[in-house]
Amino acid sequence: MFADFIPLFVIIAIALGLALTLLAAASWIGPKRPNKIKRTPYESGMDPIGSARERYSVKFYLVAMIFIVFDVEVVFMYPWAVSFHDFIDAGLVATVGVMTVVGLFVGILTLGLVYDIKKGGLEFD
Amino acid sequence: MEISLLSTSIFAFLVVNAMLLSASVLVYAERRVSGFMQNRPGPNRVGPLGILQPFADVLKFVMKEDIQPAASNTFIHALAPVLMVVIAMSVASLIPFAEGVVLLDIDVGVLMVLALTSVTVYGITLGGWSSNSKYSLLGGLRSAAQMISYELSMGLAVISVVIIAGTMSLPGIVEDQASGWAVLGWNAFRNPVGCIIFIVTAFAETNRAPFDLPEAEQELVGGYHTEYSGMKFGMFFLAEYVNWFVASFIIVTLFFGGYLIPFQPLLLAAIPALDGSLLLTLLQFGSLMLKVAFFAFLFIWVRWTFPRFKYNQLMDLGWKKMLPIALANTVVIAIGVAIFRSIF
Repeated sequence: MFADFIPLFVIIAIALGLALTLLAAASWIGPKRPNKIKRTPYESGMDPIGSARERYSVKFYLVAMIFIVFDVEVVFMYPWAVSFHDFIDAGLVATVGVMTVVGLFVGILTLGLVYDIKKGGLEFD
Repeated sequence: MEISLLSTSIFAFLVVNAMLLSASVLVYAERRVSGFMQNRPGPNRVGPLGILQPFADVLKFVMKEDIQPAASNTFIHALAPVLMVVIAMSVASLIPFAEGVVLLDIDVGVLMVLALTSVTVYGITLGGWSSNSKYSLLGGLRSAAQMISYELSMGLAVISVVIIAGTMSLPGIVEDQASGWAVLGWNAFRNPVGCIIFIVTAFAETNRAPFDLPEAEQELVGGYHTEYSGMKFGMFFLAEYVNWFVASFIIVTLFFGGYLIPFQPLLLAAIPALDGSLLLTLLQFGSLMLKVAFFAFLFIWVRWTFPRFKYNQLMDLGWKKMLPIALANTVVIAIGVAIFRSIF
């Protein structure tokens, strides 16, 4: 089981080596003449006002939270999708049964989405 | 496992280098094709017809000073581009290049693609946050919100493919499309809505126009990589192009028959000696590359055809249109597969 994933670690190691080599080459070859003005964060040529680590719109948190909920629900559908052929081959009762269960699941998911849209949780302006 | 670590390493090394080379080809192709679409020559000074332009770009990236803004987080500022490059390269390991030619052949292939691509969000958000610049932060946040919004529709489009194929392994999905007459077995014809949803979400996930809000140069200066210069910027650039190329590969693999040659069953029936030969592998690789080249071209074509979305339009499209359509498509495909499979 684990052996199947070894190529992934190999390619990650090679890609990491490539990325680090690029960084090292750039820092070795490139000039290093930092000064205060150069290190100022860009703000359209003005002196930056305050820090950039500010509070930002709550909408982004909302989107992230709704994403977590829906993404987990989508992941729950994968086992069903993979084993769906087995259910069909098992006969009509199994097919109708699994379709009912998944229909309920998708129905609740859709209700949640409709509720969220009606509440205005996804309004950006 | 009879496959040795050495041959795996050589294959992985080849894949990484192929991705590097194709990224440089894409850089050239995009600028050249953009030039032709806008009735101007495009880069044509470095080498014959300008084909050495990407190499000149790399040289310039390496020789530039790496400027870090004051109060930025040094480690995370360097980690973000490294993460982007590593993730972009490692997704390439899952692509079946021809029958039996795949680096990482696992049962959960599609899930692995989704898992790896969603890590890209971290690279962009960390890069935006660590720069300590307001433009970078806003660009990173917008990008994160956009990518996670479209990931749902992408996941559902993939589910509809998994329902049809009954497997999550990418070679398995490709082989499943071999059935059916000529090209009609391809998922693009069996699951057209899912195909369109997947292509649109692939554009959004790779931050390509018309979904290039994260780096909307007119509004956000440069987006999440405003404060990146030199090689670190080059690495974001490289990752973007590799992502674009890999996305074309995944579109072709899931919906356009992957490495399958059109009329492959007829071809094999006419010339039985071809089955299992090296020539067939090469032909399959050629057909895959042709399809991928078309989709890579499509990315450029779309970029100069559609104007950029407004942010609320983007979110509306993702949550209020794509997601319900993708959900409905999943149910329709499931019912269709149930009827089709129990009758035949």
